[in-house]
Amino acid sequence: MTLEIIVGLVALAAVLVVAAVVVLRRRQPPAPGVVDGAAAAGEAADRVVGRLADRAAGAAGGPAPSLRDRLSKARAVLSGPLTALERTSVSQEAWTEVTEALIRADVGLATSSEIVEAARARVGSVGGDPTAAKAALQTELRERLGGFDRSLARRSDGESPSVWLFVGVNGTGKTTTIGKLAKREADAGSGVVLAAGDTFRAAAADQLAMWAERSSVHIVRGSAGADPASVVYDAVESAAARGADLVLADTAGRFHTEHNLMAELQKVRRVADKGSGVVTETLLVLDATTGQNGLAQAREFADAVDVTGVVLTKLDGSAKGGIVVAVQAELGVPVKLVGVGEGIADLVPFDTSEFVEALFA
Amino acid sequence: MFDTLTSRFETVFSRLRGRGRLSVEDVDAALSEIRVALLEADVNLDVVTGLTGRIRQRAVGEELSRALNPAQQVVKVVLSELTTSLGGERLTITYASKPPTVVLLAGLQGSGKTTNAAKLAQWLLRQGRSPLLVGADLQRPAAVEQLRTLGERAGVPVFSHRRGPVKAASASLAEATRTGRDVVIVDTAGRLAIDAEMMDQVRRISKAVRPHYTFLVVDATAGQDAVNSARTFHDTLALDGVILTKLDGDARGGAALSVKEVVGRPIAFASVGEKLEDFEPFHPDRLASRILGMGDVETLIDKAESAFEAEQATETASRLLEGTFTFDDFLTTMQQVLGMGNLRSLIGMMPGVPRELRGAEVDEGRIGRITGMIHSMTPQERAEPDIIDASRRQRIAAGSGCRPSDVKALVDQFKQMRSAMKGLGGLGGKRMAASRARSSKQAGRSGGRASASKRRGTGGRTTPKGPVPVSKTPLTLPGLEKGEWPGLN
Repeated sequence: MTLEIIVGLVALAAVLVVAAVVVLRRRQPPAPGVVDGAAAAGEAADRVVGRLADRAAGAAGGPAPSLRDRLSKARAVLSGPLTALERTSVSQEAWTEVTEALIRADVGLATSSEIVEAARARVGSVGGDPTAAKAALQTELRERLGGFDRSLARRSDGESPSVWLFVGVNGTGKTTTIGKLAKREADAGSGVVLAAGDTFRAAAADQLAMWAERSSVHIVRGSAGADPASVVYDAVESAAARGADLVLADTAGRFHTEHNLMAELQKVRRVADKGSGVVTETLLVLDATTGQNGLAQAREFADAVDVTGVVLTKLDGSAKGGIVVAVQAELGVPVKLVGVGEGIADLVPFDTSEFVEALFA
Repeated sequence: MFDTLTSRFETVFSRLRGRGRLSVEDVDAALSEIRVALLEADVNLDVVTGLTGRIRQRAVGEELSRALNPAQQVVKVVLSELTTSLGGERLTITYASKPPTVVLLAGLQGSGKTTNAAKLAQWLLRQGRSPLLVGADLQRPAAVEQLRTLGERAGVPVFSHRRGPVKAASASLAEATRTGRDVVIVDTAGRLAIDAEMMDQVRRISKAVRPHYTFLVVDATAGQDAVNSARTFHDTLALDGVILTKLDGDARGGAALSVKEVVGRPIAFASVGEKLEDFEPFHPDRLASRILGMGDVETLIDKAESAFEAEQATETASRLLEGTFTFDDFLTTMQQVLGMGNLRSLIGMMPGVPRELRGAEVDEGRIGRITGMIHSMTPQERAEPDIIDASRRQRIAAGSGCRPSDVKALVDQFKQMRSAMKGLGGLGGKRMAASRARSSKQAGRSGGRASASKRRGTGGRTTPKGPVPVSKTPLTLPGLEKGEWPGLN
């Protein structure tokens, strides 16, 4: 049955596409002046430490910024509706308002409704008291988000190196995340090697090299357009030769819809495991400003390379990153790290209670 | 993802179908589905409320009284409202009488400013302008290097200055005048809208260069917060337009609608791929149907264009319509279709695909089995599937490790499709035949020889391609003209 569907479907695709191509080709002669195939990656623009020197110096010494502080802005969104909850008896409107607040935080319509329904059910058993409603909503969110191991795994066999692979669509902050993490892990005493596996985007390797310099770690890079799998392999072998514990492997940003690029990523993942290293973390880097497409991204990347965790970046802006609630619920992949600023120390572990409390404070 | 609007509409409209008129309740039922769809496409909640209000007014108003098919009428109203909201005033670039014309790009981190600065430069180059790229992003490590590499690829010079972004931007004007460049594109650092210090910096850059056009670069995957940042950027810089990026993924791009609504300035350009030339003036109608999840035929065409050789596609299409499509053609086409990307997302872009197919889990491993079966056929069997009898089926099944019933299913499906296509092609086929006579001389020269040399190894093409003409007439599937899809007219 499925076989028939596929045949029919492929045929359908073929027909439509062929016809469409012909129609279009005839109507619009191709534009002149075509550039070489290996053109620019979508910007991928992993933004970076701005006011570098001074900020990095200041931040490195002090304690890591609290997630709670950074999320203060997110409070505003939910505090209004929640005050409404507290004031009146738990009316339909109040629940609708809470749902809308969750939607505004990019939690998504389906997940938001689900959470609110579940919270309502909880309140039902407790009674119609607004404080109970608020508590129920918090508990519901905390339960949905909690219960995961959020530590970053190393090899359990005592050997080294462990490889952490960073994947994601263009412009989410993969290179920047690696830069910050390199500093953190190196400061914690690990021997770190960076693998400049983004051989596609112009100057991506240069960008990573500047980060390597900043945290004085070794970097292995290939030439532009080189096979990313071979760059990662070389980095792993180089790490093994130096006795380094950890390889942080960058990859080019790619859309989860690009079949060939996803296949390339699978190859990188396979090859990274082949030599002296073992891939212990495959981290999907998600941008907090991402909307509902984040779920599709997570789904496809998880499917292709077995994602073990999410890094939620740019959470210091006004965006709430609510999509991770849906990602975690559907795929069981926990958020492990959160990017909350441009400084080299602005990468903090994700903490459920803090996250939820910051939302409700 | 794909069981969103299209299927929801189907549910709502199947209820509506058959009734002569739309009642207010009918419209409201449809509207709640539209609301859901818009939210899932990341249109901002407040914008959704405004939009559905306008749609309701139009649908329940006078237009309805003339409606023949209520479902179609509502879809049309929704599409047209979205298209109007996205489009409206068009931005045409008028160049300054005293060059250079200055263009400033701003936006959040990772939205695609640097890449799109280069894309815009190449687009301007094609318009006969001589642009200069200015790297004013001194925050991100290697951002200027990235711009230089891209500029080299586009054939556009890049200017920057180590003494700071404002200095780089202001000095670029003199540089442009000195080197005779008539458009200056200033690439700025990505910044958060709530970062007062950085917003002040971009204001100072803007003051220094007094741009003729200020574009906000917006990521199509952006969520609800897009309105907030767009509003701040607009308040700070008085935007002239928007560049929408990352349309090459499968994000619906509802954020564009929100931004357009808040800023009130046209979306000028869309970036639809990773190559520098994947940059074009924005088409509101394309995005409207994409936001609604009704298929994005144009994007599909774009994807197809990059995966298919035009000549080959014409050839395959004509064989398909003539009913001489072989298993080899099928195999080639299938491979090309797979090269276009994730099959499920491709199906999602097609309008009018039945619901069962939309939700079907496409196991690409099974496609490998189909390939195996075809490879186990003899050349003759591939060209004339009718000769495949029980004993041949047995052999093909053994050769490909499948059951004979699988082979039967494949062959039956193939034959069905072939005859269906032949029927569909009726008119087109005739036209093709006529043009074949006209151009057979030309095709005969290159056709036969080329196909002979293509034969290689096992598993490659084994049926001769034959002298297939290259048609000069536009080939269309009847009823499937551009922008015209069944059920949506």
